Amino acid sequence: MRAGPPIRLGTAVLSLAALALAVFALNARAAPASETPDPVADAKAFRDYFVKKFPTVKPDDFVNGPYSMNQDMRKQWEDMEQFPPYEFALEAGKEMFSKPFKNGKTYADCFSNGGIGIRQNYPYFDEKEGKVITLELALNRCREVNGEAPLSYMKDDMAALTAYMAYTSRGKLMDIKIPNDPRALAAYENGKRYFYTRRGQLNFSCASCHVQNPGERIRAEILAPALGILNAMPIYRSEWGGMGTISRRFVSCNSQVRAVALEPQSEEYRDLEYYLSYVSNGLPISGPGSRP
Amino acid sequence: MSENRTRMMRSLLLISGLLLAASAPAFAASEADFKSAYAAAAAAEKEADAIRDQWTTAEAALKAARKAADAGNFDQAIAAAKQAEALAKAAIFQAASEKDRWKDAEVR
Repeated sequence: MRAGPPIRLGTAVLSLAALALAVFALNARAAPASETPDPVADAKAFRDYFVKKFPTVKPDDFVNGPYSMNQDMRKQWEDMEQFPPYEFALEAGKEMFSKPFKNGKTYADCFSNGGIGIRQNYPYFDEKEGKVITLELALNRCREVNGEAPLSYMKDDMAALTAYMAYTSRGKLMDIKIPNDPRALAAYENGKRYFYTRRGQLNFSCASCHVQNPGERIRAEILAPALGILNAMPIYRSEWGGMGTISRRFVSCNSQVRAVALEPQSEEYRDLEYYLSYVSNGLPISGPGSRP
Repeated sequence: MSENRTRMMRSLLLISGLLLAASAPAFAASEADFKSAYAAAAAAEKEADAIRDQWTTAEAALKAARKAADAGNFDQAIAAAKQAEALAKAAIFQAASEKDRWKDAEVR
C-alpha cells in the first residue's frame, strides 16, 4: 500500500512530461521556421534542393523534365526531336499568330515586342488589376478585345499559339518579377500554398510527386522535377495524344490524384503558375516540349 | 414423431413468415430514406466545394446514388449516398488538416 503514492506520482510526472512534449511538438508544427514570405530565399533553396538531389544533372537540364533523370528515356527523346511531335502545332501556331483578326489587327498588337521572344516574362503580376496575368489569359484577352471569341484554355489553338510564342523564346532565361506590392507577394504565397497542399483522395500535393519523388516511377511514368517544369510548356503528351497547355497540365494533375480540378485560369492556378515560374527563374525556356 | 415434426415445421414457417412480414418495413429502403441520405451527402459535398477541395470519387458516388434512385433501387442509392457523404467529409477533414501542415513540406 505504501508503494502506491510514489508510483502514482511517477505516472503523473511521466504524463506531464508526455503532455509537455506533445504541446511542444504541436507548437513546433504550428510555427515553422519563418512566416514572412521571402521569394528570393525560396528560389535559392528550391534550386539548391534539386542540384543537391541530382548532382550529375546540369542545372539547365532540369527543364527537360524526365529526360534529365533517365538516360534511356533521354536517348529516345533525342531521336524523337529529329521529327518532334509538336511540330504541327508549332506551324499552326505561327500561322494563327500572324493571321489578322476580323478587325485587321493581330496578336502582335497586344504584346510588347510584337509578342516575339517574351514567353520568359509570363506570368506577371498586373498592379493595376491586382492579379497574375498568364500568357494564356493574355492571349484570350487579346482575342476578346479584338472582337474574337476566346479559345479553350486546355489544348488545340491555345496550345498551338503558346507553342509558337515559347519557341520564339527558346534559350531565353525565365525572368519572373515580383513587384513591391503586397498583393503580388500574397499571390506568390498563395501559389506556394497550393503547390504544397495535399488534395484529392490519394492525398497528394504537387510537391509529393515533383519535389519529393522526381526521377522515380509512378506506374509507367518517370516523374519530372518541379524545377523548370513549366519552362517546357506547352507540351505534346503521348498520354493525351496531342498538345496541352499549362492549364491542361494542372487540371490533369488534379484529376490524377482524384481531386476535382479547378476551372482553367482560376486564381489558384494562375498563382501556382506564378510561384512555379518564379522559382525557376534563370533557367532557359525549352518549350514547346514533348513528354510520354 | 413424424406428426410432431410436421407441426413443428409448420410453426417455424409461420413464425418465419410473420417475422419477415414484420421486419419488411424496417429493412426495405424507401425514397424518403434516400432523400435524407442524399441531402446529407449533397450538403457535405457543397461544403467541400466551398473550400475548393472536392474529390472526384465523392462526386462519382453522388452521381451513382442519384442514378440508382432513378432506377428505383433505393438500397443501392442510399449506400452510394452514404459513401459520397463519407468521402466528402474526408475531403473537408483533409483541407482542415492541410491548412498549415503544407508548410512542413516546404523546401527551405
